[in-house]
Parts: sequence; structure tokens; C-alpha cells
Amino acid sequence: MASMTMIQALNSALDTMMERDPNVLTFGEDVGYFGGVFKVTEHLQQKYGAKRCFDAPISENGITATAIGMAVYGLRPVVEIQFADYMYPGYDQLVNEASRIRYRSAGDFTVPMTVRMPYGGGIRGGQTHSQSPETLFTHVAGLKTVIPSTPYDAKGLLISAIEDDDPVIFMEPKRIYNGPFDGFHDRQVSPWSKHAASEVPAGYYKIPLGKANVVSEGEALTMLAYGTMVHVALAAAAEAGIDAEIIDLRTLVPLDIETIVASVEKTGRCVIVHEATRTSGFGGELSALVQEHCFYKLEAPIERVTGYDTPYPHSQEWEYFPTPPRIIKAMRRVMEG
Amino acid sequence: MDDMSRKPNALDLHIPKPRARPGDKPDFSGWSFPEPGDTPKPDIDESAVEMRDYAYGLIRVLDMEGNALGPWTPSISPDELRRGLKYMLLTRAFDERMHRAQRQGKTSFYMQCLGEEAIAVAQAMALAPDDMCFPSYRQQGILIAREYPLVDMMHQIYSNALDPLKGRQLPIMYSSKKEGFFTISGNLATQVPQAVGWAMASAYSNDGRIAATWLGDGSTAEGDFHAAMTFAAVYKAPVIINVVNNQWAISSFQGIAGGENTTFAARGVGYGMPPFRVDGNDFLAVYAVTQWAAERARANLGPTLIEHFTYRGGPHSTSDDPAKYRPADEGRQWPLGDPIERLRDHLVSLGEWSEEQHKQAQEEAVELVRATGREAEKVGVLSTEAPQKRAEMFEDVYKDVPWHLAQQRDEERKPWPA
Repeated sequence: MASMTMIQALNSALDTMMERDPNVLTFGEDVGYFGGVFKVTEHLQQKYGAKRCFDAPISENGITATAIGMAVYGLRPVVEIQFADYMYPGYDQLVNEASRIRYRSAGDFTVPMTVRMPYGGGIRGGQTHSQSPETLFTHVAGLKTVIPSTPYDAKGLLISAIEDDDPVIFMEPKRIYNGPFDGFHDRQVSPWSKHAASEVPAGYYKIPLGKANVVSEGEALTMLAYGTMVHVALAAAAEAGIDAEIIDLRTLVPLDIETIVASVEKTGRCVIVHEATRTSGFGGELSALVQEHCFYKLEAPIERVTGYDTPYPHSQEWEYFPTPPRIIKAMRRVMEG
Repeated sequence: MDDMSRKPNALDLHIPKPRARPGDKPDFSGWSFPEPGDTPKPDIDESAVEMRDYAYGLIRVLDMEGNALGPWTPSISPDELRRGLKYMLLTRAFDERMHRAQRQGKTSFYMQCLGEEAIAVAQAMALAPDDMCFPSYRQQGILIAREYPLVDMMHQIYSNALDPLKGRQLPIMYSSKKEGFFTISGNLATQVPQAVGWAMASAYSNDGRIAATWLGDGSTAEGDFHAAMTFAAVYKAPVIINVVNNQWAISSFQGIAGGENTTFAARGVGYGMPPFRVDGNDFLAVYAVTQWAAERARANLGPTLIEHFTYRGGPHSTSDDPAKYRPADEGRQWPLGDPIERLRDHLVSLGEWSEEQHKQAQEEAVELVRATGREAEKVGVLSTEAPQKRAEMFEDVYKDVPWHLAQQRDEERKPWPA
């Protein structure tokens, strides 16, 4: 086992799969020679040759559509969309095509492709490099949406995504590519090497899609989070001294409803945290599900701590971002309820 | 700013208009085409730059008397030509009956390919049987030429109990992996970059198969077409991109898609791709150009763009009335004739066919469609009571049914809460 950053773990997942399966190939903008703007595909072209790891024209539409064609052929393409914010020119190909090809052909054609994309804020990226558009994918029948929160999970989940026979949207929380950001932007950031989940096996292993992870057991309340916000939630609970049970969802679709229900039935209180804008955000779905499944066990109204319904601001990033003080306030409201 | 600097003001927004609308006489005046046989045939390894002029010409083999002329005349046996003619007759008879079936309320929707039969049929015959096709919704001739069961096409159109697509797709959005026919989307041009990706995968896997894809003149305006052209050119993908310019996108003439000042084939020039423009109603010319492009692709020399110049003889679909937006007799006056009659005349001129044989073949096609129609209708036509089981609606969304879909599938069975 070696200590890896999330970038190194993702790179290791691609390396492992390209080694195992000649049908796996990867491409995207700056992905080839340069190894990607975040270096997730570094050295893969040198190791596997340009045919298996190459640069694509700046056309997310073309990248997504050609990956669909390759997957229909029988390959397992893994494409990189440089930022999730750039996905929209290829969105039609996800919504009307990738997600429905199995269904509309009655299982005759399938699309085993993985679309990777760094998402989320906290990097001073402004409104075109900070978005969290996960619900644009979770709302589409036929797509799976996966979001890791640690290097260990990132590798195991990416391998599962690549081996999955359906199209998988793999969203990478870029704020924690190099370290588990706790949401206190004015404090020193600790590197992944100090985190237990940075220990990543060199070889093949999988984390199943659709299984959440209880990252911290607790009795007082349940906090649902994914990606960067898992670490922010942990820090907030620690700061407030609240005995929160924190669940890292890891996969939004299919969702691990059992783990969520078991926890909320135990605690009777629920806080949902995500970076994305609130209205029609995934928190709305989670809140509805918790209400449907746990209504009679709830002791207080469900709280959502999310990005605001504004475009992602540049200078006011730390007012916009769901930081620990906002989460702590929500936890206190839930505890008083 | 000094107002005088803008004078005289010549600005006026240009909105392209077709030459003729209902009530006007069809107007093809001033159109000129190269004579049949006059266009030279390049070697398959000719550089795209040297082939630019093809974008502005028109490859023609058959003259209007049925003679095959010039270097593009394909080497194809009379048997094969008769086979092609029969597929075209069958396609037309099929269209005629299914269009009528929609009018009779037996299904919700239909789209004919009247006047465009040569394109799909000749191309399917010029390609290898295992080359992969990514069609639009007007290439039913491919399935017919690849001898996909007619009755299965009808089952699909009727969404009946034997519909291979389980009632999930709009009529005519066929899919058959076995026949190398990709599931038709119903969105426009999305299949074009997918075909390029499939072709890239075939090249990656060194398997020798190529891809072909079709879109209309109207949908060349979609970004997908341009993404496809870029990727095909960049990676020299073994793909044939066919623009079927049938002059009309529902009620918008091809000028609205950018065909007013240049040709659709000329799009290929900007991408460094061989840009052929061919008489789409000339079976031999379509066959020959496709064969050339397939040979070039198979030799790893990259993609070809083909504009098929033709005329949409029928409505866009059963949902529009062309008499509302174009002269009723425009199609009959199309200067390049009817593809079936032109191939018939050619076979007759070769001494390989006769009027009597043609009439008989036509009747056989109609009779085959009629008998097949009865067989399909016995299984069922579109009904408000779907023959598919409720559970089937929830299958094939994913490989396995996830819990939330299982819950939705089963919710009807749950008793009311006490």
C-alpha cells in the first residue's frame, strides 16, 4: 500500500484497468501528452501508447458522442470532461442518447462508458470552473452518478464504473484532489498522506456502486453528504462537538437507501449538505426520501445546507460555499427541533 | 459616433426564401448539372485538397434514357441490379401501405422515403454486410436490402406483442444489431458523431469493418454534424458521412440550413475530407461513390462526405401536409427523375428487364407487403391497451433493475395503507 492523493488514486485506477483490459481507453482535452490539466492521466500515453490515451478536440459534444459510438462497438471508453461546467455541449448526448440506448433498442445496444469530470468549488474557479451539476445527471433515467470522497474510494469506485455495463457519470471533487479540505479556508490544509483513506492498494479492487459509507457513527443526528462536503461535515461536527452520524453517499444513483433509512431511524434527525444550488438540488430528493421512509421517526424538520441559488461567485466564494459555521447552525436547529 | 460615418446604411436582414411556395410554379430554372459520365473518377488515395471541385459538381452515371456513362459506371451484374430494383420496389410498396395504415388509425406515426429509395438501397448493397450503419429515419431501405424481416418492421410500427423493441419506440425507429443497423434516435444528427466513434473503435481494434451514417440537409446545422466532421477528419476515422439533401426539412427549404450559397458537400472542404456530390436518384452513381468511399475507408485513408442530391417526394411524416408549404407538383417536375424508373430504364436498355417484368415485380412487392401486413395485423396494431407487461417498462433502463425502479414497478401491487 502506498499513500496517494486522489489524483494519484484515479490515475492508478486507469492504469490498473488499461493494464487488465485492452478495451479500456481514455481521451479528452489535454489528456494525452500532457496528462490532463489536473494530471489524472499522467504517463498513461507514455505507458500505453497514443491510441489508448489521446488528446481530443475542444468539443464535449464530440467527446461524449464518439465515446458512445466506441462503447456501442464494445470498447470501454473513459472520457475526461475538463470541468463539469463544460459538460453541457455534450449533455444532449447523455440525456437523449447514452442513457436510453439500452432501453430503446430493448437491450440490443449498450453503452458501457465512463464520463469523468472534476466538479465543485473552493478553488477560486469562478462561475465556469466551480459548478456542481450532479442533479442534471441524477434526474436522467439510465445514467449512474458516482462521487468519491477519498483516494481509496476514488480508485475502487472508478474501477467499478469502468466495469459497469451502463453509462456512469464519475464526478471528482477537485477541491480535495490534493488534500481533504475541511471547509475552513483560512486554516492550514492537511495533505492526503495524513489521512487513513489515502492508503491505496497498487492493484485491482472495487467498491460497489450503490453502497454508501458511514464515515462516522453517531447518535445525535444523521448528516448526508458526498464529495468535498463529507470532510466539511466531519469538521463541522467535530467543531460543534455534536455526535453526528455522517454518511458519505458515494453513489447518488443508484442510492443506498437502506443505510440512510437505518441511520435516520436511529437518530431521528437529518441534515443534508451539498455544494450545488438548492432548488431542485439532490438534497430535495434526499429530503423527500427521508420523509417518505422515516416520517414517524423524525424528531425535527430536515435541514439542507447547500450552495445558494445564484451563479457561483468569485470574490464571495467563502460566503457561498457551505462552510462549517453554516452546517453547525443547521445542526443546532435540528437538535433544538 | 458620427452618424454620417454609417451612411449610406445598406444593412437589411436576409431571410432565405425558396423559389416556389404553394400556388407558384415549381422553379428549377438556372440549375445546371454536369452531363452524365463527365465527372472524372479519382484514385482512392487522392488527396482531399485535389478533390475540392467535386463539392460543386454532381456525379452522374445514368442519363435520362437509362444509359450508363463514364468512369463512375460501377461493375455490377444485372442480377445485382435487379435485386436493387426489387428492394426499391419493396421499400416503396412498404411505405405506401404503412403510410396508409397510419391514416387508418393502426399506428401513431409513419415516415416514407418516397423518391429517396436509391440512396439507402444502393449504399447498403455497396457496403459489406457487416459494416455498421447509423441511419436517420429515412433509410428503411437499408433494412430491406439487408433482408431484415418485413414483418418485424411492421410489428415495430404497430408496437404489438411481437414488437422487437417492446413498444418503447416511436414507429419506424428500428434497431437491429444483427443487421448492423443502429437504433434510430428520433433526435437529429446525434448518430453522426456516434458513427465516427464506432469507426474509431473499429480502427482501434483493427477489425476491417467501417461505419456509414446518414443525416438530412436540415440537420447539418446541428453541432453534432460539425463535431462529427472534426473528429472524423482528425482521427481519419473509417466512416462515410452521408448528407441526404432532399431539399426540405419539414417546411423549411435547404437554404435555411445554409444551402443557399454553397453545397452541403462543400462542408467537407473545410474539414479536409473528400467532398462528393452525387445524383441521389441515380442508383449507379450512388453505388459507385459509396464503393469508392468504402474502399478508401477500408484502406485506412479516412472518411468521405457524400451529399446525395435528391427530392423528398412525400411529406416529412404523417404529421404534416406538404401542400401547405411547397408546390404540389414540385416533386413530379424534379429534373433528376425518379430513382426506380431510372434503374428500370437502365435494365431495359441493357436488355435485362422489360416493362412486363417490371409490372410483375411491382405487383409481387405489393402482394408481399399486403400478405405481411395481414400477418402483422393479426398479432395486433397500436392499441391503448399495450400488450407488453407492466414490468417490461422498467427493464433495460439499466442492466439490472435498481431498487427505486423496482419500487415504482411494484407500487401498484401494494395495498392501500390501513
